[in-house]
Amino acid sequence: MAGLAATFGSGAMTNPISDVAGARCLFVIGSNTTQAHPIVAHEIREAVRRGAALIVANPKRIDLARHASIFLQIKPGTDAALILGMMRVIADEGLKDTDFINRRCEGYEKLAESLAAFSLEEAARITGVPGRQIADAARLYASMKPASILYAMGVTQHTCGTDNVLALSDLALLTGNVGKPSSGVNPLRGQNNVQGACDMGALPNVLPGYRRVDDPEARRIFEAAWECDMPGKPGLTHAEIFDAALAGKIKAMYVIGENPVLSEADANHAKKALESLEFLVVQDLTITETAKLAHLVLPAAANAERDGTFTNTERRIQRIRAAVPPQGQAKPDWRITCMIAEKLGGRGFGYGEAREIFDEAASLIPAYAGVSYERLEAGGIQWPCPAKDHPGTPILHVERFSRPNGKAAFAAVRYRPPAETPDSEYPLVLTTDRSIFHFHTGTMTRKSDGLNLLGREEAVVMNPADAARIPAADGEMVRVSSRRGEVQARVKLSDTCPAGLVSMTFHFAEAPTNVLTNSALDPVAKIPETKVCAVRVERTQPGRAGT
Amino acid sequence: MDDRPPAKRIRLTIDSASIEAAEGSTVLAAALENGIYVPHLCHHPDLEPAGVCRLCLVDLAGKGIVVSCKTPVAEGMAVRTETPEIASIRRVIIELLLANHPWDCLSCGRNTDCKLQQAARHAGVDESRLKRLRRTDRVLPLDRSNPFFTRDPNKCVLCGVCVRTCASIQGTGAIDFIRRGFDTAVGTLGGKPIAESSCESCGECAARCPTGALSIKESEVPAREVKTVCPYCGCGCGVVLGVRMDRIVGVRGDRENPVNRGRLCVKGRFGHAFVRHKDRLRMPLLKRNGKFEEISWDDALDAAAAGFGMRRGDAFALLASAKSANEDAYAAQKFARSVMGSNNVDHCARL
Repeated sequence: MAGLAATFGSGAMTNPISDVAGARCLFVIGSNTTQAHPIVAHEIREAVRRGAALIVANPKRIDLARHASIFLQIKPGTDAALILGMMRVIADEGLKDTDFINRRCEGYEKLAESLAAFSLEEAARITGVPGRQIADAARLYASMKPASILYAMGVTQHTCGTDNVLALSDLALLTGNVGKPSSGVNPLRGQNNVQGACDMGALPNVLPGYRRVDDPEARRIFEAAWECDMPGKPGLTHAEIFDAALAGKIKAMYVIGENPVLSEADANHAKKALESLEFLVVQDLTITETAKLAHLVLPAAANAERDGTFTNTERRIQRIRAAVPPQGQAKPDWRITCMIAEKLGGRGFGYGEAREIFDEAASLIPAYAGVSYERLEAGGIQWPCPAKDHPGTPILHVERFSRPNGKAAFAAVRYRPPAETPDSEYPLVLTTDRSIFHFHTGTMTRKSDGLNLLGREEAVVMNPADAARIPAADGEMVRVSSRRGEVQARVKLSDTCPAGLVSMTFHFAEAPTNVLTNSALDPVAKIPETKVCAVRVERTQPGRAGT
Repeated sequence: MDDRPPAKRIRLTIDSASIEAAEGSTVLAAALENGIYVPHLCHHPDLEPAGVCRLCLVDLAGKGIVVSCKTPVAEGMAVRTETPEIASIRRVIIELLLANHPWDCLSCGRNTDCKLQQAARHAGVDESRLKRLRRTDRVLPLDRSNPFFTRDPNKCVLCGVCVRTCASIQGTGAIDFIRRGFDTAVGTLGGKPIAESSCESCGECAARCPTGALSIKESEVPAREVKTVCPYCGCGCGVVLGVRMDRIVGVRGDRENPVNRGRLCVKGRFGHAFVRHKDRLRMPLLKRNGKFEEISWDDALDAAAAGFGMRRGDAFALLASAKSANEDAYAAQKFARSVMGSNNVDHCARL
């Protein structure tokens, strides 16, 4: 999100999901949409049926590749090189939108300079994709308008994740594909309310509404509303919190509905960090792998048991409603937090119901100012919605960008290779993926017998050529190890992975894939590089393969 | 989704009613939208017309009998939904369908919500004629391999709604017509059980099946319905939870929600068992000597306040959740900042 915030001024999906089907060209990169966002995948296929050109870039031959006009099977972590190569072609062949660039953007010279130093041949060499294919993709994207970019964690979970996003927004600006229906740069967010949690200020550097914590003016507004004094120093990010815990600097932690023991990159490190805490409180639906380490576990109500709002990946604020009463003495997360706050003398936590919190948040977040539970009864509203009579904003940046001068900024990034590359000891690249049958660390889906039947266990998806070298047969148990840990799972032979690449999900506690992944961070967004790490795959049983 | 200009309105007469319909829509769709029932099985508003069940025959003035689901509306068109000839054709089609259809309506999951029942009631069925037609007693095996829905080929009317749904809405193409003639059936590649096919278990086919041929397992008729949002990925699909007492007994996609327009994936439709799972936490737990013990909320709040109270500022961190609601995230970060004096607040946006 840091990338889009820098270039456009706002880190969110620029266009609604319902825009996808109307695009004439779709560029889907770093997203296994069919598995991770099935309903968006429906819209993509609908666009293809209506004649749209589909460009898919992914290290794996994902299902969506079947529907693609051009499938670019790039080497993992080379997204930026691909995009730079495409932009070079667009610049060289005069396919850029000069009018849009002059009117709505700044810093094009910087981009032109950096492109001059990056050739199509270099892009082909780095990505492993023939230059001709990259050029074809560039021509399609630049000429079939409106064109929309869809991306997910395959772009961001890299040490160069922010640069990848910046490169994508440069590509969209270069061709004038922003601020119009069915165009834009659209991050598909993984969780039901990840957009909302960001909007609400559950981030270390910003308050609700993305006001910086180190901005004294912003702090004054919240200190007045909350009748308190607030620290002005930005806090630590997710990964840094675990480092600080291990170093003994963070002593108490309150984990609400998260399972870092399975989801954090280099999960063994995260587990050690949690074990070193003096006081750990975990609030969740069940005893998760993380809750097992807690001193105190608090029972939370499920979303179907409480009222509230989610904000989806396209900034749509929607009501959720209590359908059934909470199990046992479970309570909504907000109520538990507020009870603890009041015990500690906190002021302004005496909310009677969820809507009172929403009203307070809306009064402090300009983009939410016009939204209320009453209005949401008639359906969701896409922010920004600054006033009671404002209809919401399906498409961002139509007239001006959210940066102070109203113009978008070209970023002009350079390609950087992943932090960890294969070597003789760890000769394969591991990338993480998702299965349609499970969600994240499986705390919800693994409680369904039916879903467990459909998605039984972790699989190490690998190319038959790599498996033959081990040798390992389809379905055989193998040990996958990296510099950080090892897990065991069964091999699934498939040519969806090219030779040299293996892929695993992280839905199964029995095979916690993230003990393998690299916690090396993107320097800006602080996202770990879970999409690329070097591993070795070995048989667990000696003897002939398949016995 | 669609930025084409609104379609031109066409005026036509159906039976004695003068109605309006959008240019490009079919006679059947126009009739149904205006509350005029024309029997049909293979029509579904989400799908391209197939014209295979032949029940929706109508009489067009000057043209004769046509299949209404394949006939576009035209200005001044005069449509009769029933003539003696149409009635007799329909009755025969219905009789032939019912002749080898199981007669267990009362225990069928689709009872009272069945398009075959609706068409049969409309056509009028003579029991003695049906009994005479019922020569073959064919019993085909059920496919129960999918954990969420059952396929009963005996109740299939070969309308193809499931085949078209899988191909054009879900895009999977796991099923198609197999075999020929009287043996024609809907099946998977190689006739394998559905669980061994490329089926992704979204249940879109079962949601659209006009009869009991595709039925959701473990579903009950809800006493009430609650509109909410799916708890899984960031799409934010609208779901309508069917509730009976304190249990979720069914889930359907919210057709009014602009994100999914009624569609759901396997998790959104079938992944709600966790809500009542036996492993749900029902009381606060405190670890004593390495073991969790149930404690009261009062004791839990005291323990939390004691533990956090002496570790404020930089010694404290909070991980909020991208799974719970805006209200939770807001309260959590407010607590960390205003009570605990720490900006160490984050959530799993990066994972």
